[in-house]
Amino acid sequence: MKKALLDNPRCGMSVIVKTITRLTVGLILLYGIYIVLHGHLSPGGGFAGGVIIALSFVHLMLAFGKDFAITKFSPNLASYLESVGALMFLAIALVGFSGGAFFRNILSKGTPFSLFSAGTIPLSNIAISLKVGVGLFAIFLALVILEKSKEEE
Amino acid sequence: MTLYLLCLLLFCIGLYGVLRKRNLVKMIVGLGIIEYSMNLFFVLLGYRVHGRAPLDARNQDILNMVDPLPQALVLTSIVIGLGVMALIIAIAIRIYEKYGTFDITKIKRLKG
Amino acid sequence: MNNTLIPFFVIIPLASAFLISFIGKFAKRIIIDALSCVSYLLLFVFSLYAVSLTHGAGGMPLVYTVGGWAPPFGISMVLDGLASFMLVTVNLIALCVIIFSLRYMERYTGKPKFHTLFALMVAGMNGVIVTGDLFNLYVFLEIASLSSYALVAFGTEAEELEASFKYAIMGSVAASFIFIGIAFLYGFTSTLNMADMAHVLSNKPATWVIPFVSVLFFMGFGLKAALVPFHAWLPDAHPSAPASISAMLSGVLIKTLGVYALARIFFNVFGITPQQSSVLMFLGALSMLVAVVLALSQWDLKRLLAYHSISQIGYVVLGIGLATPLGILGGLFHLFNHSVFKSLLFLNSGAIDYVVHTRDLKEMSGLKEKMPVTAQTNLVASLSIAGIPPFNGFWSKLIIIFACIQSGHGGYAIAAVVGSLLTLASFMKVQKFAFLGELKEKNKNIREAPLSMTVAMVVLAVICIGGGFLLLPSFRFFISEAVQVLLNGNEYSSLVLGAVGR
Repeated sequence: MKKALLDNPRCGMSVIVKTITRLTVGLILLYGIYIVLHGHLSPGGGFAGGVIIALSFVHLMLAFGKDFAITKFSPNLASYLESVGALMFLAIALVGFSGGAFFRNILSKGTPFSLFSAGTIPLSNIAISLKVGVGLFAIFLALVILEKSKEEE
Repeated sequence: MTLYLLCLLLFCIGLYGVLRKRNLVKMIVGLGIIEYSMNLFFVLLGYRVHGRAPLDARNQDILNMVDPLPQALVLTSIVIGLGVMALIIAIAIRIYEKYGTFDITKIKRLKG
Repeated sequence: MNNTLIPFFVIIPLASAFLISFIGKFAKRIIIDALSCVSYLLLFVFSLYAVSLTHGAGGMPLVYTVGGWAPPFGISMVLDGLASFMLVTVNLIALCVIIFSLRYMERYTGKPKFHTLFALMVAGMNGVIVTGDLFNLYVFLEIASLSSYALVAFGTEAEELEASFKYAIMGSVAASFIFIGIAFLYGFTSTLNMADMAHVLSNKPATWVIPFVSVLFFMGFGLKAALVPFHAWLPDAHPSAPASISAMLSGVLIKTLGVYALARIFFNVFGITPQQSSVLMFLGALSMLVAVVLALSQWDLKRLLAYHSISQIGYVVLGIGLATPLGILGGLFHLFNHSVFKSLLFLNSGAIDYVVHTRDLKEMSGLKEKMPVTAQTNLVASLSIAGIPPFNGFWSKLIIIFACIQSGHGGYAIAAVVGSLLTLASFMKVQKFAFLGELKEKNKNIREAPLSMTVAMVVLAVICIGGGFLLLPSFRFFISEAVQVLLNGNEYSSLVLGAVGR
């Protein structure tokens, strides 16, 4: 069923776009993850990385059509993961109470400029990227579904 | 100073779009322009003469850095703008569903 | 560590919001309702505890430094008399409204989404109240406004969407004015902490920046508070929302985002000048009169109530704008009273809507027979809002009028009396057409609203009757400490910075 959706010439854009998308979408996703993980070392961070991750799924949706994107990522899963991201961020902030204050950075800071450093900041970045990436995709999906349901009427 | 005035001009263009345009989508675009102009203004406030980007990196001695705080704040404001924009667009689509038009002169069931 | 309490006013509603949105798809209704109720009950208990804490501290603010970063470097949260006063108001109304909504919101689909948005709105309002940082205030203000835009459109009917669109556009423009004001202040003082900003401003020579920023804030927060030249969105947005949301919006949202933020910034950061206070008084008196005249001609019950919200906000702003101890006392007391009776009135209209399915005054009559609880509580609330003794609205209006005369603004005192008379007239109309008279034939089979709805209304009505007791000397600290915070003016900065040892 998935295969049929993938190669169905009637949903999504032309073969050229689909082929290019197949090549690039993984790279875009990886780049987003890179930006998230290096948020405490270089420009970017949770929000920017999350947006790039969301864009890779949006790219998929534009090229192959809504139905294919939903098989990869259902709206229900999106709303769960979004709440998980928010709760994760809140939990990281609450863990700070064990060090004396809300949002306190309690983990060891490590050596500057190494990947595992800066205490809870990379963890917060991951939580934010989950929230933003999934949330943005869910917004896009919701708008598209809204549009589609109107056409069917 | 010129830059700040250009920000003001951008703001006024956005405000014109919100107040004068009849099409809902054009109003939303005007709102977007207002948001960009104010973000731009806030980032410009952080500029220091000959300052460089506020990035810390290994083996570099930094003499003069622009103010990093406005950049962080503007990022927050962009996120908020994104949320507002998404919500307003969703509402506009629903309005189109109900009324079949984007023209605000035809959408007036409320007296207000 | 008493101040550990402070961040929980934001943490609890946020956690409840995201937990509900996580479990909302599969959990039973009862669990979601219980979770929601427990979190607001907890918030209300905490806010009462906050009052006793600030009373115990004897006028000194409690300051919480987020992440352990002392101000002005980090975000600080400040709990003083005014903040705990507002926290009690907001969380009391939130608790009553959520109890009311348990049954009322059954009519709409997606009740978990309602709980999520409602919790986010409460989180935003509590955040605005406790924060001590100007940009943080903007962020919480936007959280509260954004969820209120979504809540106004909750029913997704044509009118609701239209009202929500209007509200969202105007609210966003107002927020951008506030943002630009904050940008100017940051450029001028290089700090965002309100206490530190007050300290820096008091050492700077007067320039054009403060008057300019004041105008921006008058426009921005004035629009959020729906003062008269900026009120156009309110009569559409508040009636269109479901009744429990209208109660929340009219009861506390416009006060927290508008009046509280205005008062905090103008009194504690700028140190109010006579010009600013005269602008506040003028806007207050204008809203008071214009809105009540507009309200007289309304036949839609909720729309009439919405116009009265604008008018009563005018009283609050007039009282606070007088900037005398008595005036601020009256203004803040009226703020509390108005939250109680206006949410009660909106809940009444929701109960009528739930039973009779109409908002038009001409469609309902003689409901007193069939809906005794609603009719009695509505009578109490109507008499309170019209300022009839011994209900709470009478005392606060009396104080405001005395304060006007005391500071030599006789004209405003007369305006307040006239506004009050017109309010009485328009609520007599509500009583006559909704509750007295003949029962309509098609309404013969109606019954009183369900228990959870009447419980919420009765609780609020009891507070309306007993509200006047807050002025007794033994309870007076609840309001007078809030008044003291505003009277301290610029002292705020040394108190807050002193509390963290700087």
